[in-house]
Amino acid sequence: MMDTSRSPSEASGFSRKLAATIIIVYMVVTLIPISWMVATSFKSVDSAISYPPEVFFEPSLEGYVNLFTNRSRQPKDYLDSLPPPDTWYEELVRSREMVITGPSKFLPRYSNSLIIGFGATFFSVFLGSLAAYALSRFRVPLKDDLLFFILSTRMFPPIAVAVPIFIMYRKLGLGDTHVGMIILYTVVNLSLSVWLLKGFMDEIPREYEEAAMIDGYSRMQAFFKVVLPQATTGIAATAIFCMIFSWNEYAFAVLLTQFNAQTAPPFIPTIIGEGGLDWPAIGAGTTLFLIPVMIFTVVLRKHLLRGITFGAVRK
Amino acid sequence: MAEIEIKNLHKSFGDFVAVKNSNLVIENKEFFVLLGPSGCGKTTTLRMIAGLELPTSGNILLDREDVGYLRASQRDIAFVFQLFALYPHMNVRNNLAFPLKMQKFSKTEVDSKVMEAAKLLRIDHLLKSKVSSLAGGDRQRVALGRALVRRPKAFLMDEPLGTLDAEFRELMCLELRKLHDEIDATTVYVTHDQQEAMSMADRIAVMNEGEVLQADSPKIIYNKPKTKFVANFIGSPGMNFIPIKEKITPNQSSIKLLDSSLKIPEQREGTNSNENFLGVRPENLRLVSENGVKGNIFGVEYLGSRKILTVETQLGNIKIRVDSDTQVKINEQIQFDTLNNNQIIFDGSNDMALQSEFMS
Repeated sequence: MMDTSRSPSEASGFSRKLAATIIIVYMVVTLIPISWMVATSFKSVDSAISYPPEVFFEPSLEGYVNLFTNRSRQPKDYLDSLPPPDTWYEELVRSREMVITGPSKFLPRYSNSLIIGFGATFFSVFLGSLAAYALSRFRVPLKDDLLFFILSTRMFPPIAVAVPIFIMYRKLGLGDTHVGMIILYTVVNLSLSVWLLKGFMDEIPREYEEAAMIDGYSRMQAFFKVVLPQATTGIAATAIFCMIFSWNEYAFAVLLTQFNAQTAPPFIPTIIGEGGLDWPAIGAGTTLFLIPVMIFTVVLRKHLLRGITFGAVRK
Repeated sequence: MAEIEIKNLHKSFGDFVAVKNSNLVIENKEFFVLLGPSGCGKTTTLRMIAGLELPTSGNILLDREDVGYLRASQRDIAFVFQLFALYPHMNVRNNLAFPLKMQKFSKTEVDSKVMEAAKLLRIDHLLKSKVSSLAGGDRQRVALGRALVRRPKAFLMDEPLGTLDAEFRELMCLELRKLHDEIDATTVYVTHDQQEAMSMADRIAVMNEGEVLQADSPKIIYNKPKTKFVANFIGSPGMNFIPIKEKITPNQSSIKLLDSSLKIPEQREGTNSNENFLGVRPENLRLVSENGVKGNIFGVEYLGSRKILTVETQLGNIKIRVDSDTQVKINEQIQFDTLNNNQIIFDGSNDMALQSEFMS
């Protein structure tokens, strides 16, 4: 007898298994570099560069200690003259014949990344939603041309305008400042943000804000109390895209920041140990670097998935 | 509660004229229906009263105060949308409380007003529900509740029953009318459904192509339509229009139809044209055995309590309403004449009804 419990449009058992296999294989392939990076962060310097590579190794926090500290190599008799180390990380550093000379720049760079990343994301989404709302609701003269112009700012790689921006920032005193980087990333993200959010705003019926306006609210109040809450999905999706860009951006950060506002991406490759690259420290830096954007994405994931498929099927 | 007056109201969107120099007076506590086919300007008129569109020219007076160019939020009017526009991110209680939060009410006042409105609409058990979990009828009630919770000067409703199924629509018609009477509201209601309009309205304004053609009680609109459009739009099936090839003169009281003469109400006006129409509703015609207009039965629709006959004549197809036990066969030759004096002559040159003994 034919199995009729399954609808004809549903996938059969075999094709489901095939799909699952393909996904798992693909997942392993994409996750290998990331898991290798995480593993490297827990290796010792020697085991990180050993050949053949060690898949199983004795875990060590050396990479993380090196990431957060500056150290200097000292002669053995000087080390012996010091009082015994107070902490486990001092002991670890001593065992490598070094002493800790102070905290590294990683933490300030990391917090720069957080400030600039979240700042730029906030402004991209905030300004983007205002512009998207206006373009969605009002009769703006030359609206289509305006939208095309906004999109056209992304038709070349942002770095193509690096030199003019560099000169402009130097003249304006915005180079190597948090404000400057937030403005820059906001501007780059804004076109994406306006276009994405306009799509979402178009989907929200006007009746909602009209109802609110009749109920005594101004348009601005209606926008914040009624329209924005319903655009949560779009805002979450847009925020993730903006956050990922601002967080990962490397080229402008290298060019425009140096001391004050340097973000983590240009900083991490500069972690060089004694006599070569300190791979565990670099692994530790990149691992920690992944965490915020991962948390951000996971927190907003539910919205993101709905967001991407939103509007594909009419309710 | 308030009187609404519309003076020379005009609205155009570019080249498209949505509302043409309309005049209306909606009286205090009246249930007023704007009726017309889609695109006739009825919703635009309503939206201008609400302040969601600004007039191109003209005035809207609310309690004799000109509000035509005020913001919606400054007019103290409530609006019920066709798709309800309940805020999906709030529960029922917050939806109802939303209009009150803008006014300076204390929390207890807000709560008691919400409760009062909810009880009136019998949705007090739903206050904590999410809007998305409500059935259509309950959503409708919440939308009404949100409108009446702050006791506005007038209620505006844009086809609020349009999305409900037929059975429920009838029930809501009754409830709406009852609610209107209970709270002594002035209500302006937009619909394209003549049955809704007839069953609820104190007065109906029939609109077409941006113009108000007639504003009168349902009975007058039905029996004494002023234009051919109104006559045709109201009633199901619509009025019969029988072409008459003669010029009508004042005091004329009969016309020639084919080879028989038909009595009509004594006319007070004459026509400009030689080609005019006799308007007569299907229920004002009857089958007779002799001296009537001759025709063949073309179709029979059985509607339970009555039958609608479509009769093929040399004057075109004519509908006649008869009792459902009347026995007729397709292609049978019959004769009919008028049952009473309720006929209207429409001037062929402008489609306007002539004044007569009946129409005045």
